[in-house]
Formats: sequence, C-alpha cells, structure tokens
Amino acid sequence: MKASRREFLRLGVAASAGLLPLPAFGQAAPRVVIVGGGFAGASCARALRLADGRIAVTLVEPNATFTACPFSNAVIGGLREISAQQFTYERVAADGITMARATATAVDASARSVTLGNGSRLQYDRLVLAPGIDIRWGALPGYDEAASTQMPHAWKAGEQTLLLRRQLEAMDDGGLVVISAPANPFRCPPGPYERASLIAHYLKTKKPKSKLIVLDAKDAFSKQRLFQSAWAELYPGLLEWVPLSKGGKVISVDPATRTLQTDFGKHQAKVANVIPPQKAGHIAEVAGVADRSGWCPIDPVTFESKLQAGIHVIGDAAIAGAMPKSAFAANSQAKTCAAAVATLLNGATPASPKLINTCYSLVAPDYGISVAGVYQPTGGLLADVPGAGGVSPAEAPRGARAAEAVLAEAWFRTITSEVFG
Amino acid sequence: MLRVMTAAIGLASIAAAVTAWAEPPVGAVSCSGCHPASARVASPVARLNGLDRAAIVKAMQDFRSGQRTGTVMDRIAKGFTDEEIQAIAAWYATQR
Repeated sequence: MKASRREFLRLGVAASAGLLPLPAFGQAAPRVVIVGGGFAGASCARALRLADGRIAVTLVEPNATFTACPFSNAVIGGLREISAQQFTYERVAADGITMARATATAVDASARSVTLGNGSRLQYDRLVLAPGIDIRWGALPGYDEAASTQMPHAWKAGEQTLLLRRQLEAMDDGGLVVISAPANPFRCPPGPYERASLIAHYLKTKKPKSKLIVLDAKDAFSKQRLFQSAWAELYPGLLEWVPLSKGGKVISVDPATRTLQTDFGKHQAKVANVIPPQKAGHIAEVAGVADRSGWCPIDPVTFESKLQAGIHVIGDAAIAGAMPKSAFAANSQAKTCAAAVATLLNGATPASPKLINTCYSLVAPDYGISVAGVYQPTGGLLADVPGAGGVSPAEAPRGARAAEAVLAEAWFRTITSEVFG
Repeated sequence: MLRVMTAAIGLASIAAAVTAWAEPPVGAVSCSGCHPASARVASPVARLNGLDRAAIVKAMQDFRSGQRTGTVMDRIAKGFTDEEIQAIAAWYATQR
C-alpha cells in the first residue's frame, strides 16, 4: 500500500491536475467537507471517520432534523407517522464529525473552499457534494413553488408529505385523486407506483367510492409487471395507470382548479399529487459539477466529478449509470466514495469497486416487492454486472410478499441505524 | 506492570497510526445496507461482523448456485466471483 516517493508524486499530480498539491499525512490532517446530510452525505461522513480517524470531516447541513423519503408513502397512506421518518445528527456528531448547521452557498474549486450562508469559508482537500434533488420549478407549465401548496409534490419528505396526507383525509368519498409521474431520470424510480399503491389502499379501506388515476410521462416503469399484477388483484377498478402512449403525459397544470392537462384531455382532481421534473440540488450547479442535463457526471471508481477536480458527487445528484436514485444506492455510493477518498488522501489509487442496490416497495402493508442490482465501472459508467440482479418472482405465494414487506421495514431500521443511529 | 501495559498500548497506537489505510475488499461496504453493522438493530437479516468466514462463503455460493433460496441474496450473489466472495468473507470475519 505504501507508495514510493516517485509514485506518490505521480499519483498526486494525476489526482490533482492543476490544483494545489495533496497534503501528506504527518503534516496537517487532511480536511474533507461534505455538503448535504441525507443518506449519501451522512453515510459518507461516518464511513470516512471509520476509514481513517486522521481525516477531519465537516458535514454541512442546515436542518437539525432529517426526514427520510423511504417509507414516506406509508405516511401519506395513513399507515405510519412522520416521526418514524425523522432523525437527528447527534450520533453523527458523536463520531467526531464537525457539524456545520448552514447552507453552502458557493464553491471555489481552485481555492478549494466552500462558502456558507453566514459568509464563513471552509477549506478542503476534497469536497463531497451530496445535495439530493431540487424541483425544476416551471419545467411543467403552471407548476411553480406556489402551486405545490395546492398540488403537493411530496417528493422531499416533510411538510409536503403531511400536506398530501391531509388533503386525502379531507376528501369526500367518491373523489378523484390524480398522480402525475415524471419522465426519467428522477429520484426513486418505483416511488410513484408505491405511492399509487398505498393511496389506493387508503381509498379502498376508507373511501371506496373514490378513484385514482396515475398520469405517466413514460410507457414503462420499475417493477412494472409486479405492480400491475398486484394492482389487478388488490385494487381492480380503483387504480388506473395511463402511460405516455395513451395520453398520460401531463403538459400543464392549473393549481387554482387542481386541473391537469394532457395532450388528450383534462383531469380535474379533488387531490392532485404532481411529481415534477427534477435536477441535482442547487449547490451542484453553483459548484459547476452539473452538466446541461441538470445532473452530475462522475468517475465511476472515485465518484470524482468529471467537470471539477477535487469534488466528488454522490447520491441522487450523480449520474450513476444503471444505479437508480435510491437511498440504498446513495448509501452504497457514499461508503464506496469514502473508501476512495481515504485511499486518495493516503496517496494511493482506489481499486475498481462493485456496488449494490436493493429497493423494496410496498403494494399494501403486507405485500412487498423488490428490485436488486450489482454494479461495476464499465466504459466510464456504472453498469449492471451481467447475470446479477432483477426483481421479485412474478409468481409467488402471498407469504413471500408478506416476507418482503417485513424485510422492507427491517431494511429501513438497518440503514437508518447505520446512517443516523 | 501498568507501565508495561501503557507502553504496549502506546506502541500499538503508533503502529496503527503509521499503518497505511487498507481499502475494504471490492463490494464489502455495500452489505451493511441490509446486514446490520450494529448489534442493536432488530432484523431477520444476519449480522455479518465476526461471522465465520467459511459460513459466509458457503451461504454466498449456495445463493449463487440456487441451492439456497433467498429473497434478494440469490439475485445479488450472482454479481460476485469466487475470489470476491472469499475476500468479503475474510474481511467480515475480522470486523467487530
């Protein structure tokens, strides 16, 4: 592992082309700043401290409480309270991570500094951006920030989640609920369909004369056959999915009347959940690591930006090839990136990694399905390892679906314990 | 005696400080997304830390070959080679 001086210099120059030289251990402790305290950022901070206690890690996050998106669809469906989704950073700080309760407002990649909302600056040797998603306000005509108070997106968990739940609770039996699902890529590919399932479950049990329509900007989606066969079994006549080819793409919305306009007609909803087009969190754009797609191209071995040296991007903001934008993927990427950053700071070259994703979805409280994948760098992108991964079996006894629902909850306890516990 | 112990601990921490950082084996860090790293988490999924190396290898090989049915491990094990499985198992056996 110990590099010769010549090799160290070569690696150092290669890793920081055009930048300041890497600090050697034995001098000042190397500094890593991480922006964003979600599944990606908080995981990365803890993994870095665990990997190498000499690294000074600062986590920049304005919120004192994190509200997790996975399982927030169960909150919307009245099956779970929002408090079960909420976590603090006390245990993260107890690991020796410096918490900066602030918003990162600017990044100077050549000076290697991050500016915070209060004007102070943090110097770094390596920066990790884990900003999650931002909504592309206005990309869907009529859908701006004000519209989201009438037609919630609920795609960042918290007040929006509760707003959508309250609207469903306030709706009379017999009302029309409409979900608008976006084109790829977006956070949590199976999320809109799990949400449709759990809203359908709520309507079936509490307001059975109601109807749910999913208007989709796509013709295909994650775990599609499993969802559709479960819907036919559990929610016949209640849940209708309209794909792009049948006029499902929403082209504008009117929040005043909760109307969604497609190429084929208008849907006036009692409750409308608009899952809008998204992009990497704002700081990615500010730092110059987002490309014209709005997302961040990265090296699949180190997660270092392809646009700015010394800045790594992990989680939903990254263009991770075949890996979906999920909490599991964010956690897997975070730990892989932490190992790569620790290796780089030690003057060595990170090995080509393998990463994993597993996503459970609930179709009903006791009916779970999953998709899994294994990924490796191939041709500059993270690609599926051939022959691995896939979805739950199409034909399975209800006992197997119930077991996956139990595993889904166990997964949530496990990952949130690793990240925040 | 106390002085000897203190000296030993001192030497051990110096040794730890100069040992180069060793990357975990390929794929290993992803497992704790489902397999709890903490013994305090209630889960039907096995904790891997400190498990017998041969037991991990056998489980992965059986999931991969289809001899053992799993919910997701049959799908995930197919993504790893024999060498990778050996390295991951050896690493988890030493984790606490």
